[in-house]
Amino acid sequence: MLKSFRGRIIVIVLAVGFSGWYLWTRDLKLGLDLQGGMHLVLEIDDPNGTFTGERRDSLTDQALKILRTRIDEFGVEEPIIQKRGSDRIIVELAGLDDEGRAKQIINRQAFLEWKLVLPVTEVQDALPRLDRAIVMALGEDSVKALGAETQVQETEELSPELLLFPETDDTAQAGDTAGAEAAPETEAAADSASQEEEEDLFRPFTALLMTGGFDDKGRMVSYNIDVADVEKATIYLALDEFQRALPRDVSLQWAMDTVPQGGRFYRELFVLEEDAYLTGDQLQDASATRDPQFNQPEVLFELNRRGGRVFEQVTTAAMNERIAIVLDEEVVSAPVVEGRIRNRGSIKMQGAQMSEAADLALVLRAGALPVPLRIMEERTVGPSLGQDSIDQGQIAGIVGIVLVIAIMMLYYRAAGMLAVVALGIYLLLVLGGLSAMGATLTLPGIAGLILSIGMAVDANVLIFERIREELEARRAPRTAVDEGFGNAVSAIVDANITTLITGLILFQFGTGPVRGFAVTLCIGIVASFFSAMYVTRTLFLMYLSRKRGSDPISV
Amino acid sequence: MWLFHKSKYEFIRLRRKAYVVSGVVLALGITGIGLNLVRTGDWQNYGVDFTGGVLVQIRFHQETTDSELRQALGGVNAPPITRFGQDNEFVVRAPITEESDLDAVAADIAAQVAATYGSDAFEIVRRESVGAKVGEELQGQAAMAILFSFVLTLLYIAIRFEIRFGVAAIIATAHDILITLGVLALFRVEISLPTVAAILTILGYSLNDTIVVFDRIRENLNKRGGRREDPYRLVNRSINETLPRTVLTSGTTLAVLLSLLILGGAVIRPFTLVLILGVLIGTYSSIFIASPALLEIQKRYGTADPREKERKRAARRAAAV
Repeated sequence: MLKSFRGRIIVIVLAVGFSGWYLWTRDLKLGLDLQGGMHLVLEIDDPNGTFTGERRDSLTDQALKILRTRIDEFGVEEPIIQKRGSDRIIVELAGLDDEGRAKQIINRQAFLEWKLVLPVTEVQDALPRLDRAIVMALGEDSVKALGAETQVQETEELSPELLLFPETDDTAQAGDTAGAEAAPETEAAADSASQEEEEDLFRPFTALLMTGGFDDKGRMVSYNIDVADVEKATIYLALDEFQRALPRDVSLQWAMDTVPQGGRFYRELFVLEEDAYLTGDQLQDASATRDPQFNQPEVLFELNRRGGRVFEQVTTAAMNERIAIVLDEEVVSAPVVEGRIRNRGSIKMQGAQMSEAADLALVLRAGALPVPLRIMEERTVGPSLGQDSIDQGQIAGIVGIVLVIAIMMLYYRAAGMLAVVALGIYLLLVLGGLSAMGATLTLPGIAGLILSIGMAVDANVLIFERIREELEARRAPRTAVDEGFGNAVSAIVDANITTLITGLILFQFGTGPVRGFAVTLCIGIVASFFSAMYVTRTLFLMYLSRKRGSDPISV
Repeated sequence: MWLFHKSKYEFIRLRRKAYVVSGVVLALGITGIGLNLVRTGDWQNYGVDFTGGVLVQIRFHQETTDSELRQALGGVNAPPITRFGQDNEFVVRAPITEESDLDAVAADIAAQVAATYGSDAFEIVRRESVGAKVGEELQGQAAMAILFSFVLTLLYIAIRFEIRFGVAAIIATAHDILITLGVLALFRVEISLPTVAAILTILGYSLNDTIVVFDRIRENLNKRGGRREDPYRLVNRSINETLPRTVLTSGTTLAVLLSLLILGGAVIRPFTLVLILGVLIGTYSSIFIASPALLEIQKRYGTADPREKERKRAARRAAAV
C-alpha cells in the first residue's frame, strides 16, 4: 500500500528539505521597517532640465558606481544600491547607528578643486558695477525690502560692538576689525547716518563687505560678511546679472565655516580665480588624521604624478600667497603656501569632529559624483520601533495560526488535523521560498503572509466540503476523496490565478513596502496550491490506506 | 460540524434590497468624498506617500499631550499632529512645496521639539520624507495598478468562464472598491502605500469569493438539465451550496485579521482595518452583487447557450411566417 504514494512522499520531503535548508543557511532577511534602517531614493539634481534623457541615464550609472564604492567603504552590511528606471537610485541601508552621517556620505557630491586665491583688488573696481547690477536686476523696492530687515539689525549690532571693543583684552584683533570696517566704507560712504542709509540702497552688496583675511604678502584676499547678511548676499551672488558684471576669470566663493571675531560671527567670501588648476580626479589617496601640533582633525591627500607636477608648479609660483581648497563650491580651507608642495598636502578641518574628517577622506577616495544628487524620498525607521513591530507581529501571527488550527480541528476533526499538517508544511515552504529568493520580510509582507494562509485554508475548505458532499451522496470513502479533489480543483485554480494576477501587478507597480507584500502573496499562493492539491491529498491517501475500503472517514 | 448545510436561503429574491443597501452605502461614501473635496481639496486623506511631505514619529520618554506638543511646534500654525498607539508617541506631518529641502523640514521639527522638551526627552523612531514629485507619480502608479488588474482579470475569467461571468465579476469588484474608497473617505483613513496594497488585496479576495460561487454556477449549468433550469433557481442553489465554505473561509480569515488588528500594533492597524472591511464587503458582494449581476446581464443580453439562441431564433422565424 505504501508503494502507491512513495513518490509523493519523496517529493514532499524534498520540498520541505530544501525550504528548511534555505531557511537554516540564509536567515530570512527582515525589511527596513522591521529591523530599522534607511531607504533613500535619489535623483540627479537638474531643476532646469538641462540634461537629455540619455545623458541622465549615463550620469546615473556613474553616480551609482561611486555610491557603491562609498557605501562599501562606509561598511554597512548588505546594502542595497539599485538603479530604478533610467534616472533614479535606490539605497537601502539596514541597522544604522547614525543616519545623518550615512546620508552625508551618500548625498555629498565631493567635487574637489584647488583654486588660486586673488587679492580683493581684483574685484574692487567692479564693486560699483556689481551694486548697480543688483539694483537693476531686483528693482529698487525689492532691494530696499531686503535691506530693511537687516538695516535695523545692523545698527543694533554695530553699536554694542563698538562699545565692546575698547573693553576687550584682545585689542589687536579689535583694532584689526575696526580698521576692516573702515576700509571699504570710507571710500564711498558719506558721514551722516541718514545719508549712509540712502547710499546703502544703491550699494546693496558693497555695504555688506568687511575686511576679511590676508595672505603673507599682506594683501587682503577675502571679505567678511556678517552671518545675518549671508542669506541676502547669497541671493545677490546667484543673480545672472551679478555674475555677468564680475570681472572675467574671477569668482566669489563662500568659506564653509563661520569665523568668530569680537563676539560676532562672520563668513568669509573669497576672491578666487575662476578656473581650478587641479581637481579631485587627480587625487590618488586620502586619509584622516589628527594634526600633531594643534590636535585638530585633518585630511591628508596624495595626488597622482600629473597632479603633483601641476601642484609643484603652482606652489612654487604662489609662495606666501594662499590657495583655496574648494569642496562642492565652498572653500574648506585656504592655507598660505609656505614651501613648495609636490604631491602631498592636507586639508585642515578646524573645530570638526574626527568622524567628519574620516567621512571626507572616504568620499574623496571614492571620487566625486558627476552631478549633485537630490533626495526624492526618504524613509527611516529607528531600531526600537522596528523591534516593537517584530514583537507585535510575532504575537499576532502566532495567535492567528492557533485560531486557524483550532477552527480547522473543531470543524473537520481528523481531516482538520491533516489540513493543519499541510498548513504547517505550507508555512515552511513560504518562508523557505522567501529566503531562497533573497526577499525581505516587511510588515505588509507579514500581512500578505497571513492573508495567503487564509487562501491556503480556503483551498482545504473547498476540498473538504466537496468530499463531504460526495460522502453524503453515498460514495465509498476512497471515491469520495478522489471526486472531492477533482471537483474542487477548478475553483482553486481559478481563484489562485486571479489573485496571482493581482499579486504580480502589485509587484510590477509597487515600491518598497507594497512590493514586499506582493512577493509574499505570490509565493504564498504558489505554496498554498502545492500544499492543498499535493500535500493534503497525499496525507488523505495515507489516512485512507490505514483503513479498510468501507470504513467511515472523519471529514 | 457542518454549518449552513443544505441551507435554502432566498438570496436572489433579496437582491433588490441588497441594491438599496449598496446604494445607500455608496451614497454615504460619495458624500464623504464630497465633504473631503470641499474641506481639503483632496477626495481622500492622502498621506505623505502621495502628496509628498515629511512625517516624523516622536516617542517621548515622559508624559506629554497633543496640545503641549502643538504648542512646541508653533501653536495654531503647527502641522497636523496625531497620537500613535501608545500614549507618548506622536506623528507629525508637515506639508512641503516643490522647492522644500526635505531634510531641513524634518530637522526643524526635531529642533522645535528639542527646544521645548530638551534633546534627551524624546527619540525620533520613524521619519518619512517624500518629494512632491514622487508623491504625484505614486498616485498615477496606484491607479494604473488597479486598472491593469481589472483588465487582466476580466480577460482571464472571460477565457475560463464566459464573458458575462467576467463582466459580472468586474461589476462586483468595482462595487467593493468603490464602497471601500467611500468608507475610507468618510472616516478620513489615511491613504498610504500599504493602504493601496490593502485595497488591491480586497480586489483579490473579492474575486476569490466570487469565483468560487461562479465555479459552482458553471458546474451546475454544465450538469444534465442545468441549462434548462430556471436561472434564478440555479444561481440561488449554487450560492446555498457554497455557503458553508463561504462562511468558514471568511470566518477563518476574519479570525486571523482580528488577531492582527488587536495584537499587531499601531503600524499595521489601518492596513488591517481596510482588509477586514474588504473581507466583509467581498463576502457580501459575491452573494448579493456578483450573482445577481450575472442574472441581470443574462436577462438583458440574452443567454449564452447556443441551443437556447437557436430555439429563440426559430421561434422568431416561426412568428414572422
